[in-house]
Amino acid sequence: MNRFAELLDRLVLTPSRNGKLTLLTDYFRTVEDPDRGLALAAITGDLNIAAVKPAMLRILVTERMDPVLFGYSYDYVGDLAETVSLVWPQTPGNIPNREPTLGEVVAKLQAASRSDGPKVLAGLLDSAGISARFAIIKLVTGGLRIGVSARLAKQALADFGTVDITEIEELWHGLSPPYTALFAWLEGKAEKPRNTAMALFRPVMLSNPVGDGDLEKLDPTDYAAEWKWDGIRVQAVAEGGIHRLYSRTGDDVSGAFPDLTEAMQFSATLDGELLVGDPRQATGTFSDLQQRLNRKTVTLKMQQQYPAFMRCYDVLQIGGEDLRALPFRERRARLESFAGTLDPSRFDLSPFVAFPDWQALEELRRAPPHPIIEGVMLKRWDSAYVAGRPKGPWFKWKRDPHTVDAVLMYAQRGHGKRSSFYSDYTFGVWSGAEGEEQLVPVGKAYFGFTDEELKQIDKYVRDNTVERFGPVRSVRADRDNGLVLEVAFEGLNRSTRHKSGVAMRFPRISRLRWDKPANEADRIETLQALLDR
Amino acid sequence: MRESAVAYNRLPAAELYPILGVMRASDLLHPRPEGLYCPPGDFFIDPVRPVNRALITHGHSDHARSGHRSVLATQQTLDIMGLRYGEDFAGTTQAARFGETIVLNGVNVSFHPAGHVLGSAQISVEHQGTRIVASGDYKRQRDATCAPFEPIPCDVFITEATFGLPVFRHPPDKEEIARLLKSAAQFPERSHLVGAYALGKAQRVMRLLRDAGHCKPIYIHGALAKLSEYYQSQGIDLGPLEPATVESGGRQDFAGAIVVGPPSAFADRWARRFPDPISCFASGWMRIRQRAKQGGVELPLIISDHADWDELTATIKETGAEEIWVTHGREEALVRWCELEGIAARPLHLVGYEDEGD
Repeated sequence: MNRFAELLDRLVLTPSRNGKLTLLTDYFRTVEDPDRGLALAAITGDLNIAAVKPAMLRILVTERMDPVLFGYSYDYVGDLAETVSLVWPQTPGNIPNREPTLGEVVAKLQAASRSDGPKVLAGLLDSAGISARFAIIKLVTGGLRIGVSARLAKQALADFGTVDITEIEELWHGLSPPYTALFAWLEGKAEKPRNTAMALFRPVMLSNPVGDGDLEKLDPTDYAAEWKWDGIRVQAVAEGGIHRLYSRTGDDVSGAFPDLTEAMQFSATLDGELLVGDPRQATGTFSDLQQRLNRKTVTLKMQQQYPAFMRCYDVLQIGGEDLRALPFRERRARLESFAGTLDPSRFDLSPFVAFPDWQALEELRRAPPHPIIEGVMLKRWDSAYVAGRPKGPWFKWKRDPHTVDAVLMYAQRGHGKRSSFYSDYTFGVWSGAEGEEQLVPVGKAYFGFTDEELKQIDKYVRDNTVERFGPVRSVRADRDNGLVLEVAFEGLNRSTRHKSGVAMRFPRISRLRWDKPANEADRIETLQALLDR
Repeated sequence: MRESAVAYNRLPAAELYPILGVMRASDLLHPRPEGLYCPPGDFFIDPVRPVNRALITHGHSDHARSGHRSVLATQQTLDIMGLRYGEDFAGTTQAARFGETIVLNGVNVSFHPAGHVLGSAQISVEHQGTRIVASGDYKRQRDATCAPFEPIPCDVFITEATFGLPVFRHPPDKEEIARLLKSAAQFPERSHLVGAYALGKAQRVMRLLRDAGHCKPIYIHGALAKLSEYYQSQGIDLGPLEPATVESGGRQDFAGAIVVGPPSAFADRWARRFPDPISCFASGWMRIRQRAKQGGVELPLIISDHADWDELTATIKETGAEEIWVTHGREEALVRWCELEGIAARPLHLVGYEDEGD
């Protein structure tokens, strides 16, 4: 249990992706079955343990210690799980010779009924030390919140076994904790596990951005062009009565889109974009789509107001027939005839964009006919459907980003290589009546600048600090003083969480405007106008 | 005296003393703006402003200030004050040996090891049958860089409460150092920057690294040089130390290195000479995850030179004191614990002591 607890503690404080991968692969290498597989399941959210409510946790602890002292402690720490793990009284003489393993803890928790759950939990806490207690509480209260996505965990597995992540993704949904066969294969001790489950995820094909000069070398007649829809790339798989909707990284998102999965009355694997609206009438904007995202369950009202549909790009399989090796032109023909059999309120085809030459396509790309189009896709007519991001067959050619001139307001110190640099910037634009303008924060960015520019901004931050809050400094920013940053971003969402009412997608610093006076930076109305488009 | 702190059938000793003809504790020591004052002995303990006569528990700057007319402290504390403030830090100095009784205006004063940092002492003040022990800062976990704390039986025990909450439970320091060495092995291409207070903590961390078998040079920030050298001269072996300067080597030489410096230095431009550093911080505060997170600490090391909750409560019981005065830190929780145990206790409001020492 201690090794798992230590892993959680390290992961939550390690900001760099590579650092997290190292910690995870080291853990997989040094910890045996079934603990490592259970840890993996805990991280990916695939471990099923009956939850214990925070209120119950509080009752358990105040039965064992003075409530006043507990109150002081909780006030100070602010986190219930952490407080309980620290103050839980260890009765001398009751300490076992060794702490329980993760496997033992999970087995006990899974065997506990709802009514004796709290008692089992208390017994486990009695038998564990501080870090292990924290990990146990995290397991039973749900949600580890350690900044590791299922995708990152799969990448760590791939690194551990030196295989491609697509192999892990393809296998994933047929496997279950503690993944003993998977680890045996990754360690070279057994054959690759055979997947017999229905409606599995197939690794998706991704594209590369069009780089400078790329197109000059390509013949436009070799390529088909489609709009690049700015929804959620999904894979719809129906097989043997099982319907599943996967994200492009293989996460099962079926639960959030029951309206769409119900409509998957076919036996095939389709690749497409999840959007909202009725494809026969109108496609919703990204803000509309947002209403349906990041939800585990969805109300009926929400389904009616923002119905989900799929705009199909490709077909990987029909019935038992694997079509992935066919050229795109043939797959597309199969898709067109297949799409005719589908529910037209839930499925449509992504239309081709006709273009005589690159110049004409460039013009179309710049002025797309719908706000939820973020550019064009180019696909070689003869390309097979292959996993990953091969260079050449598919390109994405995005619309130019939006830009806004904003004023630097706060800077935060970075981590690792950047730990002595103020490298994360919060910036704002002007709002309020003339003469009473105030800066309102609209976003945060931590890349887009060169190392040299980073040094310059860092110096500026240190020379113009107004206040410090831990690793954050607020920087002098008013009508007469301030550093103007040109910020590029892909789009804007409405936000109720931010005071400004907007949230930027993918913001980054595109230019430092040392030359521009702060009072000439943009106003919030400029951004609001973008929202309403 | 808080009413609720006292059982009615059991008056605190301090209130009975005038009846018995012994001294009332609060007449022997009480807080004044300058610090804790002893009227019959006419001296202060750890005064925060210049005074005529000061008794100093240890060399941390919030306890040991310069400019007093005369200072009584252990030789090591005097040496440390000399290193920090220059030889003329006080008018006159007198060295106290552990256990030796010194009489000041009829008041018996003696110094006893506190286990906090090198030279740190508790000060026992005894007069007319009443003994008060001012512990200064102390800890009970074993520390190879200073003499271990000795419990002194007394009537009133003045305890610090820096970590006076039940959440503060320091793990064995060996485990923490093992995590540091494990991380250094996991990330051999990066350097580990360990933030540690310049007096005491830094040297303890280095010594712990040596005890754990780490024999490569440890790189240190300039602010640590004089004190570390002094520790070595006092027979505390810290092994090979090298200045963490760019001249001493290129950037790559710091790959895999352990660097120790004051915590403030790591936010500074000074830290740029190290390749992709992992920031570590050796402090009792690192027990609280949010403290680590807010400070951008990637590897918190819970190593403290102050007593944790269990050490505080065990020590209070061990001294047998009938009354506890609680100072600098989280007084209310410790006072509450004493109430529950039936020990008279009150917060002693002293100003000017910070928790920076950890």
